[in-house]
Amino acid sequence: MFPPETNSAATDAFLVSGVRSGDDRAVTELYDRFSPLVYSVALRVLGDTGAAEDLLQEIFMQLWRNPNLFDSTRGNLGAWLSVVARNRAIDLLRRRKPESNLEDVIVSVNHDMSAAADRSRAMQKVREALGGMPGPQRNALELAYFEGLSHTEIASKTGEPLGTVKTRIRAALSSLRKAFA
Amino acid sequence: MNVHEQFAEDLALYALGSLQGQERIALVKHLEECPGCRSELEFLRGDMALLALSTSGPVPPARSRKRFIDAIMKEPRVRTVSSAVHKWNWWIWSLPWVAAAALAILAVALWSNNAQLRQTVSRLRQQSAEQEGQLQTAREIAMTLTATDAMRVTLVAAKTPPQPQGKAIYVRDRSSLIFLATNLPSLPQGKAYELWLIPPVGAPVPAGVFRPDARGSATVINPPLPPRAEAKAFAITVEPQQGSSSPTSQPVLVGSGE
Repeated sequence: MFPPETNSAATDAFLVSGVRSGDDRAVTELYDRFSPLVYSVALRVLGDTGAAEDLLQEIFMQLWRNPNLFDSTRGNLGAWLSVVARNRAIDLLRRRKPESNLEDVIVSVNHDMSAAADRSRAMQKVREALGGMPGPQRNALELAYFEGLSHTEIASKTGEPLGTVKTRIRAALSSLRKAFA
Repeated sequence: MNVHEQFAEDLALYALGSLQGQERIALVKHLEECPGCRSELEFLRGDMALLALSTSGPVPPARSRKRFIDAIMKEPRVRTVSSAVHKWNWWIWSLPWVAAAALAILAVALWSNNAQLRQTVSRLRQQSAEQEGQLQTAREIAMTLTATDAMRVTLVAAKTPPQPQGKAIYVRDRSSLIFLATNLPSLPQGKAYELWLIPPVGAPVPAGVFRPDARGSATVINPPLPPRAEAKAFAITVEPQQGSSSPTSQPVLVGSGE
């Protein structure tokens, strides 16, 4: 019997240790917990349900085959999965090989993303933060995050100087972090 | 947090995968040497994770879950043994099997021990029954020999008056001695007969003090003796009532082995 979902990241670490032991119930529990997050990111980037489903399958199969890709002492599983899903979706979108090894992706986030209720509250805050950003700032961030454009591509697309693009993206991420401070 | 300002904007782009060219190469080199910037990169990825939450809403179809479960059931799981947690889990999962094996071994051991105990009990019962029979025979002999109402008859040649007699039966290996006497003269107050074991060499050994009954009969059974003392003869003397450590009078009866 697994602990209830509301038991935060500590239960994620417990479930990951179960996956390391080859427990299919543990990885199924993690799938039920985080598949909506992984799928929604993949769908937002790829814009295709079939491709998003394939990516969802790929990411959880990687976790099943090699659970040591995620080090529970160095981050939050939900945050790690969302970053891995976004990066892999961008690789697929840009038709390029993965730029980094999954085990090298370390994510530090103070917000607990294990429980659905916590994720729902965080989602509201993020949307409010994005809605409060100046249009060009939010646009630069979304072009980088959801389309995987480089800063030169963004500059070319928006007709803005490279320095301005860099500053806007940094400022947008800083605003987002402040919303959770 | 110690983040080098000249890399601050490039770090945000690098986290997003949007930094290209020489700027990317320079930042990667710097990250290898700068823990502060590596830490900031981890927090920037955290910001990206929060940004992912803005996409929340769509959920994968049910077929995705079935597809995933089917896939993990088909794939043999490669177990890893790198972490202490996993080792602990291995023990947790193995514990029921280890416990079952231990119980099975214990059950076999108990069954074997029980069988041995049954055999031992059976053997002891048999020995006890044999010893009980021997003891009963010995009791009957001793009761007959020592009974005060026993009729003791000494057979002698016809027309010969009864004479004092003693019969000693001695088993050296067991230091066991039974002495029977009849027709002994009565003794004055404060006196008693004392039986002596006379070895081939050395002084006589005390073998019991006794007073005969009114008819001159007496019995001495297994008096304290030195282990395996060799006897050349036995004798009776009259001694003080408490007995003597060496004879103080001439023997009344004496006899050697046949």
